[in-house]
Amino acid sequence: MGPEPAGGASDGPSHALERVEPLLLIAVGGFVGAALRHTLAVALPAAAFPWGTLAANVLGSFALGLLLYENRLAGALSAETRLVVGTGFLSSFTTYSTFAVETTTLAPPLAVANVAANYALGFAAVLCGRWVARVIA
Amino acid sequence: MVDPTLLVGAGGVLGALARHLLGERIDTRTADTLAVNVLGSFVLGVLVSVPVDESVLLVFGTGFCGAFTTFSTFAFETVRLYESGERRRAVFNGVVNLVGALAAVGLGWFVAATLA
Repeated sequence: MGPEPAGGASDGPSHALERVEPLLLIAVGGFVGAALRHTLAVALPAAAFPWGTLAANVLGSFALGLLLYENRLAGALSAETRLVVGTGFLSSFTTYSTFAVETTTLAPPLAVANVAANYALGFAAVLCGRWVARVIA
Repeated sequence: MVDPTLLVGAGGVLGALARHLLGERIDTRTADTLAVNVLGSFVLGVLVSVPVDESVLLVFGTGFCGAFTTFSTFAFETVRLYESGERRRAVFNGVVNLVGALAAVGLGWFVAATLA
């Protein structure tokens, strides 16, 4: 699982490991992301408005913006980190399907507010993430 | 019953792997993200419209569909498109994900009602 030694051997077993390892990282990220989204939704007080999904989508968009712009600006994070955190954790932590189903269950004014809040705050969160990445880069 | 968080997490593993194996990537080609969001919304639309056990809903609804679809990648790709000058594509991407996902939820409900 650790970093390959310089000029590391690319024989059979290690090649197989290289194929399986990304899946393992995504699986771990997927477990933690979905579990944390559920925990967040349960922890927030029950209300007519789906705050849990909104919070997960905005927080996750901020973190993905930070992660991917950090990679472009400084490149301090490894490919494995981006895979486990980006493709695994954050993509599972945030959700479009729950957002869509919840929107259909709301009264029209709240449904419009839900879409507007997720979109506006989600896009703004990506830009905030990039801003933080620039500051720390 | 098993701890709900574990059920959701187990579904999340399947959802994240399925999304990855279907070839979804975080870049400015947005068709893959649109595909997982519409497909996952359809499945969730079916699941919430049929009488299923609470644990099934946690694993396959909150866990699998929730993790299979993604908002963060969608938001990142849309912002990237807009900033790279492809503003019409960015707006189109935002609209088509929303319309596609809402229509898919409706279709899922319709399919569930028809089959029931």
